Amino acid sequence: MSKETDAVLKTSHLGIDFGGLTAVDEFNISIAPDEIKGLIGPNGAGKTTIFNLLTKVYQPSRGKIFLDGKDTKNMSPVQVNHAGIARTFQNIRLFDKLSVEENVRIGLHEHVRYGMFSGILRLPSFWKEEKRAHERTLELLDIFGLADQADVRADSLPYGAQRRLEIVRALATEPKLLLLDEPAAGMNPSETEELMKNIRKIRDEFKIAIMLIEHDMNLVMGICENIVVVNFGKIIAEGTPSRIQNDPQVIEAYLGGRKEED
Amino acid sequence: MLANLINGISLGSVYAIIALGYTMVYGIAKMLNFAHGDVIMVGAYVAFCAITGLGWPPILAVLASVAVCTVLGIIIEGLAYKPLRNATSLAVLITAIGVSYFLQNAALLIWTSNTKVFPNIFADLPALQLGSTQVAPVTLITVLANIVIMLALTFFTSKTKMGKAMRAVSEDKGAATLMGINVNRTISMTFAIGSGLAAIAGVLLCTAYPTLMPTTGAMPGIKAFTAAVFGGIGSIPGAMLGGVLLGVIEIFGKAYISTQLSDAIVFAVLIIVLLVKPTGLLGRKVREKV
Amino acid sequence: MKALKNLKKQTKISFLNYGIVILFFIVVQILANLGMLTNSLKGQLIPILSYVIMALALNLVVGISGELSLGHAGFMSVGAFSGVVVSMSLAENVPNPGLRLLLAIVIGALLAGIAGVIIGIPVLRLNGDYLAIVTLAFGEIIKNVMNCLYVGVDKAGLHLSFKDAASMGMAADGKVLINGPMGATGVTKLSTFIAGTILLLLVLVIIQNLVNSRTGLAIMAIRDNRIAAEASGVPVTRHKLIAFVTSAAIAGAAGALYALNYSTIAPKKFDFNTSILILVFVVLGGIGNMTGSIIAAALLTVLPELLRKFSDYRMLIYAIVLILVMIASNNPKLRSIFDGLGKKAKKEEAAK
Repeated sequence: MSKETDAVLKTSHLGIDFGGLTAVDEFNISIAPDEIKGLIGPNGAGKTTIFNLLTKVYQPSRGKIFLDGKDTKNMSPVQVNHAGIARTFQNIRLFDKLSVEENVRIGLHEHVRYGMFSGILRLPSFWKEEKRAHERTLELLDIFGLADQADVRADSLPYGAQRRLEIVRALATEPKLLLLDEPAAGMNPSETEELMKNIRKIRDEFKIAIMLIEHDMNLVMGICENIVVVNFGKIIAEGTPSRIQNDPQVIEAYLGGRKEED
Repeated sequence: MLANLINGISLGSVYAIIALGYTMVYGIAKMLNFAHGDVIMVGAYVAFCAITGLGWPPILAVLASVAVCTVLGIIIEGLAYKPLRNATSLAVLITAIGVSYFLQNAALLIWTSNTKVFPNIFADLPALQLGSTQVAPVTLITVLANIVIMLALTFFTSKTKMGKAMRAVSEDKGAATLMGINVNRTISMTFAIGSGLAAIAGVLLCTAYPTLMPTTGAMPGIKAFTAAVFGGIGSIPGAMLGGVLLGVIEIFGKAYISTQLSDAIVFAVLIIVLLVKPTGLLGRKVREKV
Repeated sequence: MKALKNLKKQTKISFLNYGIVILFFIVVQILANLGMLTNSLKGQLIPILSYVIMALALNLVVGISGELSLGHAGFMSVGAFSGVVVSMSLAENVPNPGLRLLLAIVIGALLAGIAGVIIGIPVLRLNGDYLAIVTLAFGEIIKNVMNCLYVGVDKAGLHLSFKDAASMGMAADGKVLINGPMGATGVTKLSTFIAGTILLLLVLVIIQNLVNSRTGLAIMAIRDNRIAAEASGVPVTRHKLIAFVTSAAIAGAAGALYALNYSTIAPKKFDFNTSILILVFVVLGGIGNMTGSIIAAALLTVLPELLRKFSDYRMLIYAIVLILVMIASNNPKLRSIFDGLGKKAKKEEAAK
């Protein structure tokens, strides 16, 4: 059994209804362990809903999600994270009142090994693990050029930096699959360029799979190996960037359907 | 059994009238107005003074009491709560507690801590004979008042311009402002109505249970608040349902389980309801957007 | 080395708080030796310490965990009465009063902690105002149950009843410890100022070290953004429960300390108004600010005593001050002035 060909994530017939309205239906994808996959589609197509399903913020109405071959059926969002999916949010969700470093530390929560009582009694394990966590935090922040802002309050960072911090926090949970919800939103072209480099870099260094929702087509076409296009909650096309760009159904969805922003 | 049920509905109707005030204010200002119970007490004192001090006829005394409380409600809102419109809900809660302390201690100074015996204003009316059970006039009037008030409020919020404005403000303050609704005036109006109702509740409560002290309103206030939550806070029929159920549970608990533990039973039922249905009996569920 | 600097900042605040408590202890000792402490003020010392501990406990829930509890006096009550029972039933077996006080506080904290678990597990699934009302309800239930609780001791051991003292079925030499709504009477006063101070320091160590550890960070993360905390792999219920139960246990310890300072103590003492009083300390001291809780609780416990000459008007003044402080501290203009001052001070510090 070669691990290389096994998918890190596989869904079958995944779907959810909101009060009689079908938001996502028959969503079947498979992500390879080191793949960068794009998830695109017009506004309101159900892209973020798909992320919410994969991370169990919403419970699917039907279908299955397999993470490393394991059914995530009875898992909570926390358990899904422990099992290996981390994400960022379209509307940034940082811990505003905490510092940049503390935000990342929360991502490291499961990987810092000392108990509540060691913390209260300040046992040696507390000091050892705190030091290790601090060093790891700075390493991670350094990838996205945030290390020198470790002590700053998270909400005082500029918008682009907040998006990057969210990625660092997600990375800290040591995922097998990273879901990025519009990582380049609000970034200027040079920031986006930098982000593309970094996304590739974390895939290569951390050996993880990445799926991203993005409206910036330069970014999507530039770094994604495969792209899934959804419209009205259903997959309408799937394939390499060059195939997607020439797919008549995709062009129809973008031009004929609802108007695309950005 | 029947007598207990009637007593329960009567007490519950008082809770319901107070709960209506709570629920309207919560629906619109999103605040727990802990001073609401003390407005009841003020209402009862005003009616008491008008009847025993000035010798006014009860109906006039009730009107005076409603007028005083309505104005009081507007003043409290304008002076204490309005400056905190954008503050945290905890800050508003503490301010409401401050207002509650203020009203109780002001009452203590004006009327002293001596217990006043509230007159039976319906003494002239005949009691209703229901089989072997006698229904006191105050019971009947309380239940009737509750029904009339609920119908009137339902009509008011669904048909009149001001009532619609209230609903709009409780749905979305920002959008209501954009639609040209004067949010401040609407909130002020809500307090006026809630406080006016509190005055009526105060008179009815003290006619049925005629001991009047500066702390008289505190416990019924808390219970009416639980009644509002019980029924689903923000919902007018919910407040009525919650109030009546709470009253019935309290009286039955007193009669059949334990006099001393009746409050504990009431609160235990509330907790169970909230755990099974976290938004109360008739409340709406809101999904958090991710 | 940034984290060390960071840790230092938090450690600085922690040590400031220890310093304040120790300083308070020393000042009181000096004043007492100089005979400058009035009797009424002396009588306030242990209540002050108890309320400071209560405020710290509640701040852990309200400030750090971000959940509004309106029933914390209930936990104080559980600690108070279990503490009284422990201290009185052990009067012969454990003659040393200090040891008996310690046992009373430990068992009071333990039982209040258990009450915290029983209440916390169902309650913490609720949010915001609903959580507040359910904690209020639990506080009232505890008060009500305590009002009906009769506990006595004889040679056979402890007796318990929810009906009346007679139905406990004690031997003739039995002694009633808790007498329903009358509460506990004839309690031997065991609490001392020094024991209270030590307890307060201990509570500070527990709370501050908890907050400044990964557990505390997780609790604050859930407060700031529950969905993001879940997505980051932080178990929500467990951490909310840790904060709530720790707080309940500390409140129980404070209750035992408080009760053993009086010869009689009634369940009515720990009602909704007491819960609110403590919440007022926390809010006026600053949500999440432990130093503020210490100072606010101490000052506001003494204040009514100092305002005694205004007798009738003092609670009225208290109410007005409370409202004015809330309005002033939430006024955007005043706020920006204060923030500006804070930033200026920080800049000056940085310049040094």
